[in-house]
Amino acid sequence: MGWLSSIWAIIESVLSKYSLVTAFALVAATLFVSGLLSKYLTNGRLHGSALAIFLGLVLACLGGYWTEGTKGLADIPIFAGVAILGGSVLRDLAIVATAFGVRLQEFWKTGVSGVLSLFVGIFVSFFVGALVAYAAGYRDPVSMTTIGGGAATYIVGPVTGTAIGATSEVQALSVAAGLVKSILVMFLTPILAPWIGLNNPRSALIYGGLMGTTSGVAGGLAATDEKLVPYGAMTATFYTGLGCLLGPSLVYMLVMLVVS
Amino acid sequence: MVIYGTGLLAICLLVGVIAGRLIGMSLGLEANVGGVGIAMLLLIVVTDRLQSAGRMSPPTNQGILFWSAVYIPVVVAMAASRNVIGALDAGGVAIIAGVLSVLACFALVPLLSRISAGQETTLPEEER
Repeated sequence: MGWLSSIWAIIESVLSKYSLVTAFALVAATLFVSGLLSKYLTNGRLHGSALAIFLGLVLACLGGYWTEGTKGLADIPIFAGVAILGGSVLRDLAIVATAFGVRLQEFWKTGVSGVLSLFVGIFVSFFVGALVAYAAGYRDPVSMTTIGGGAATYIVGPVTGTAIGATSEVQALSVAAGLVKSILVMFLTPILAPWIGLNNPRSALIYGGLMGTTSGVAGGLAATDEKLVPYGAMTATFYTGLGCLLGPSLVYMLVMLVVS
Repeated sequence: MVIYGTGLLAICLLVGVIAGRLIGMSLGLEANVGGVGIAMLLLIVVTDRLQSAGRMSPPTNQGILFWSAVYIPVVVAMAASRNVIGALDAGGVAIIAGVLSVLACFALVPLLSRISAGQETTLPEEER
């Protein structure tokens, strides 16, 4: 058995050293399997990429379960490259590339509703999050605003919390709320798309502004219709910045006014 | 050359993110405000200009299209490196706050689409 484990040691060291290449192979295999599942299990009704993203989340679950880490599958050394391939750098590069070939007029046509959806999306998320926080017994304005920020995105929550001095427990809760949101948006978008008329550039732009979580929107639209990605991504990329701006200022003041 | 396309894409992203950080800084934030969106607009404008000037060769296009085509694999990798266990373990408040805000925003998509559609002078298909 000694020789077997030394062969595995060599394989493991190569897979770890070339972890980005390993990630390419693994992701390709995931897409291949989900393509087969889509064709034979769901008769093509469920999009292959929707299944692939779902499989990705399942793999993240397994990785997190085995390693008790925070980066999903990427905490397993041979799969560390998955975090590079799926990190914000290559994600942003790919998102920008999807805009290639889109005509500028299509953005201007829906510009106003895009801006409106950003503000509505941010305020509704803060409002819902703060309300849930209040119901759960976090009744001071700082905690309510921070958890509300988490319901916006997992970046807005801790940024807002740091600015107004929330406890680290509340900040961790806000990150978790944002994480739940991002995963849920990825998972639910292809399922809910037909019901909410998400099949044209205008509604994609509005959806991006309302949801705001770039990763959720990126995954959700990829699983629904690739052509809609640039529109949703465009508005979503403004959301976190605007949320970080409004959270510790306007929203915090509003929450203080309402609570006191 | 293929790398010209990828280089162009890279420059657009870098300029966009730098602009986004500068906007963030001017607002007193340690955040990138719309950098990716700015990069997208930049790419659309620049490639449009180059196309009409006849400077975009098919290989150059390929250098951008490749990254657009690996978008879904990148997103699958992103999903596989999420802290899904952390989100599931976080407890009721985080899960309920996340779920309710998502449902509220989904419900608002058709509403806002209808409002913005109303601004246009032409009637929607089914009302004609």
